[in-house]
Amino acid sequence: MTTANDRPAGTALDLTPAPGAAPLPRMVLAQAGAEIRAMLRNGEQLLLTMIIPVLLLVGFSAAPLVNVGDGPRVDFMAPGVLALAVMSTAFTGQAIATGFERRYGVLKRLGATPLSRGGLMLAKTLAVIAVEAVQVVIIIGVALALGWRPGGSPLAALVLLLLGTAAFSGLGLLMAGTLRAEATLAGANLVYLLMLGCGGVVFPVSTFPDAMERVLELLPISALTGGLRSVLADGAGPPVAAMTVLAAWAAVSLLAASRTFRWE
Amino acid sequence: MDSPAVEIIDLVKRYGPTTAIDGLSLRAARGAVTAILGPNGAGKTSTIEICEGFRRADGGTVSVLGLDPSRPELRPRVGVMLQAGGVPPAMRCGEWLRLVARFHARPLDPEALLDRLGLVEHARTPYRRLSGGQQQRVSLAAAVIGRPELVFLDEPTAGLDPQARHACWDLVGELRAAGVSVVLTTHHMDEAEKLSDHVVIIDRGTVVAEGTPAALTGAERQLRFRARPALTLDELLNALPAGSSAKESPAGHYIIEGQVGPELLATVTAWCAAEGVTADDLSIERRTLEDVFLELTGRELR
Repeated sequence: MTTANDRPAGTALDLTPAPGAAPLPRMVLAQAGAEIRAMLRNGEQLLLTMIIPVLLLVGFSAAPLVNVGDGPRVDFMAPGVLALAVMSTAFTGQAIATGFERRYGVLKRLGATPLSRGGLMLAKTLAVIAVEAVQVVIIIGVALALGWRPGGSPLAALVLLLLGTAAFSGLGLLMAGTLRAEATLAGANLVYLLMLGCGGVVFPVSTFPDAMERVLELLPISALTGGLRSVLADGAGPPVAAMTVLAAWAAVSLLAASRTFRWE
Repeated sequence: MDSPAVEIIDLVKRYGPTTAIDGLSLRAARGAVTAILGPNGAGKTSTIEICEGFRRADGGTVSVLGLDPSRPELRPRVGVMLQAGGVPPAMRCGEWLRLVARFHARPLDPEALLDRLGLVEHARTPYRRLSGGQQQRVSLAAAVIGRPELVFLDEPTAGLDPQARHACWDLVGELRAAGVSVVLTTHHMDEAEKLSDHVVIIDRGTVVAEGTPAALTGAERQLRFRARPALTLDELLNALPAGSSAKESPAGHYIIEGQVGPELLATVTAWCAAEGVTADDLSIERRTLEDVFLELTGRELR
């Protein structure tokens, strides 16, 4: 047995049992704060969530690389890049981060704390929305500087962004909760690229053949870009079709994720 | 407060065709340190993870602080140290402890805990950059930070250097002194002997022996010496008092068990003289838990 003198710093701790859970809001905010810091500290995540969307916005708005129809190019680009930002955070970033948390036993370990699984999911959602808020502010700022003049109802745009967040979160968590972390990493990046290319973010869906266009319009990314564009660029009313597509993706993916999610 | 810290009756756990736990029963008393001792693959981690609520039993009953292990109200009352991982690799260890502390109503001060475990200078180091021993200490700290009534430690000293191991042992001793119940798994018998009030030896998913370390190793002592291998022990056995035994295990190492005293010692040295044998490292020792395990299962503990 060692004596007190051998202890690293000799600090006495009161280990007498005094268990108790913190109030749920405090636990959720603490976890959400940790998730936000993790996202903002991770270089690859920042590239995905901040740098790529802004570069696409600036690059494609400035240079006539794609035929986007009449009107200033930034009017076409800004809604697409907003949709891309939502996808990168809610889907790609969340899927990869959660997949590795599962792999490293973090989800398991958190399951042994007073923070419930529902509380953990709430914290993740809050963190995703907080990072999206930063993205939206930056993208809108850059777009305005490029001469963007958005129209339409901000409320309708907000509803679309939230529905898109729900749909992409459901898909990301479905991947993270079922696949190996490496497969999630590869898959989430591949899906990101495919959706970036085919989802109307920078290339209008109408450039694809008709039959393909009809299928592509059912993708969550196309619904989000199309919906945001009809509101912000064309000043149309709430795009019911796009909202329905996103709500359906959200319902199906969140249900599937909750049924299949493996915590370790 | 009457229910034991942990009570397991006839636990069964299967993974596909493999039965990992086969009718295991044990009881861990409140305020005591209980060690679950066994070789790798004996079912230690499965047992402790069922108690922690991570896995479901396929049969039998498990109660933790009188409750089903899946009950959420146990989470603040029970501290958990996983065998490995559980901490986000990029997170700074101080940040992790502060986060876990925020989940509890009356946590220990994370800075004091870091200080106590010699981690202050690493508080801003990402978890993945810590050494194995430092990572283990972070996990141990997170298990106790919420001031739980009961702590589960799955191989808390695996891969630790001697200094870190002693730091861990000290903390377990302090937990016990503070009235915390501790259930730990280990395959180090010295750890089980030093730390625990109660040892449960398991092998192939079932309990083969349990009791206090003293009761398990018995009052019996043994005399050991080294000499050239393959000596014929018949003469010695004839000379020894009835009820004694003599064996060679492993080659060149001789163990005499029985009423170990001056008389037995004299008999053995007389026999050595008659045989022309020089006995090296002659010593009188208590049986170890390793001997008990070998006897019960015919297998080495590690």
